Amino acid sequence: MNGHSYTPSVVPKLLRPVVMLGNHALYLLFDLGRMGVYLFSALAGIFRRPFRYRELVKQLHFIGTGSAAVIFFTALSSGMVLGLQGYYSLHKFGAEGMLGSAVSLTLIMELGPILTALMVTGRAGSAMCAEIGIMRISEQIDALECMAVDPFRYLVSPKFLATLISVPLLTVMFDVVGIFGGYLAGVKLMGVNSGAFFNGMQQSVTNHDITLGIIKSFVFALLLVWICSGRGYFVQSIRGAGFGAESVSRVTTQAVVVSSISILIFDYLLTAILL
Amino acid sequence: MTGTAEGTNSFETVIRFEDVTKSFPGPEGRHVVLDRVNFGVPRGKITVIAGGSGQGKSVTLKLVLGLMRPDSGRILVDGQDVTRLRGDGLRRLRTRFGVLFQGAALFDSLTVFENVALPLQERLRLSRAEIQDRVMTTLDQLELRGHENKFPAQLSGGMKKRVGLARALQLDPEIVLFDEPTTGLDPVMTSEIYDLFVRTQDRIGYTAVIVSHDIPKIFELADQIVLLNKGELDVFDDPREIRNSSKPFIREFAEKTMAGCPQNKEGAGKQ
Amino acid sequence: MKNYFVDATVGIFLITGFVALGWLALQLGEVPWVSNAGTYQLRAEFDNISGVKSGADVQVAGVKVGSVTKLELSDDFYAMVTMKLDRKIQVPVDSIASVKSQGIIGDKFIQITLGGDEEIFSDDGVITDTESAVDLESLISKFAFGQVK
Repeated sequence: MNGHSYTPSVVPKLLRPVVMLGNHALYLLFDLGRMGVYLFSALAGIFRRPFRYRELVKQLHFIGTGSAAVIFFTALSSGMVLGLQGYYSLHKFGAEGMLGSAVSLTLIMELGPILTALMVTGRAGSAMCAEIGIMRISEQIDALECMAVDPFRYLVSPKFLATLISVPLLTVMFDVVGIFGGYLAGVKLMGVNSGAFFNGMQQSVTNHDITLGIIKSFVFALLLVWICSGRGYFVQSIRGAGFGAESVSRVTTQAVVVSSISILIFDYLLTAILL
Repeated sequence: MTGTAEGTNSFETVIRFEDVTKSFPGPEGRHVVLDRVNFGVPRGKITVIAGGSGQGKSVTLKLVLGLMRPDSGRILVDGQDVTRLRGDGLRRLRTRFGVLFQGAALFDSLTVFENVALPLQERLRLSRAEIQDRVMTTLDQLELRGHENKFPAQLSGGMKKRVGLARALQLDPEIVLFDEPTTGLDPVMTSEIYDLFVRTQDRIGYTAVIVSHDIPKIFELADQIVLLNKGELDVFDDPREIRNSSKPFIREFAEKTMAGCPQNKEGAGKQ
Repeated sequence: MKNYFVDATVGIFLITGFVALGWLALQLGEVPWVSNAGTYQLRAEFDNISGVKSGADVQVAGVKVGSVTKLELSDDFYAMVTMKLDRKIQVPVDSIASVKSQGIIGDKFIQITLGGDEEIFSDDGVITDTESAVDLESLISKFAFGQVK
């Protein structure tokens, strides 16, 4: 099975749409299957020796440290917006005391995990996809295999591990900075009682909420690194992607879109299941 | 490893294709690249696989390495069927090969030194000093000293190929596969690269399989020539035989491409 | 030198991340082995605890002394509230637990009015003397439709 669709010319015209539908369904199944095998190999590669410590540090630096500034500003601005918006909405009911709990719950359960994952997808996921895609089309991955070096352990798994470590940590940083932003806007700017802000926060946020946020960020991290690096890995055999440099750019765009959408879908599913 | 480059009587085959068929899905149904193909690669010799573009030259190399699997047939490396190997077996088999890829396939994020050192670091348990020593020796032999801290993007095409060759030869391979080694190089660089093949092959005595469409030059050093066309395959022991072939397309191919080809192959490696 | 720089920034990143996680857990969540030290458990049986949530305050004379940890239905269909209280607070057996709310639409909390008995509740004791949540809607409707007797 390969990345080309074709309809044999022997098929009667009337039946062609049916054949094409079946062909696409089979391709989808095949694609999902190989992505599943890819995920398994990448996760198994994390535990294979020798462990590439330097590569992990390099990836942590790129995915984690490199994203910290973006995350900081995103978190600060969305926290402050939440603080202002929340204040105006709650002020109408005289319930400014709820501001702390509204800001912190929104951040911890929704905005933190989602925005962090989307930012990391845009920043590091796209780079990952393009890097692996270029390594694939310039035969660097084949070269690794020919040197009997497992490309998963050597190349893919460090990215998986670094993303799985970085994204949850970035998410909690997002939460803290966002809460600080909400505090700035609500308490310092709008004059909500500081004690009420923190007290409301402490009362309404439970361990369950924090755990839910962290579970979400782990799942999103896995989704984004899986889809982004996996699309790059299979760049040569993705239907409709074309060839060469063009295929890498198309597949990268596709990977970012698909992983962002999957993150949003899984956000709903996880909230529905775990809340 | 024995230097059998000169020997003519040892006709032991290292790689054997038996009834190998490989096809790809294309716009008009399946496109057959290899159709029940049979041939062998003699040990310690230089075999050239030639043919027009899209005739499955690179596919044969990928089949030998187990990077692709044939639709049917067997590919034997020293009697071991590559098509049945998985995981560790395949990894062990690949350690016997050195491969020079079309674009050299150097790792962009590593320097020249790190690229050449990679197979040593990953495959052998050597100290830092030993690796340094072995890498620098190879770089010296391929006249790459002084470039070890450059990144592949800073190298010319010919230099990339030499670094690729240095990396391929690090683990003392028995068989070296060259995928289009001279594509995109100027004529001077091309003859330099071939010169290099002959020198390293003379010294190490590896079996070489060269895939190329660069006909006149490559035939000078070939011990055996395999011509691929439309899934079929013909084997010649001497370029001169090609002109006298009974098949019309081969004669045509020869006339088009072999204008500058010398009548004997004694000039190999001399400049 | 360059390598140390990378290592250092990664180190700072990891430390910041874990500090943030620690702050969230300690400030907002309850870390059992930290926040359970120095507390004990008490239960109270109510007719109706509508509006009380897990995590709600438990107050004595308006001062927070603990929180609600679990809400469930007991075998005889009463509402069983499990609370954890500060060990320093000793609750006499004749104390009354009642559901109060902060303002009309504010959060519900449990208020314990301490009694005068010598005997005090031990760990996992059950307060049976309780006042349930005031059902604001039924009060209003009784008033509005004139069924007040």
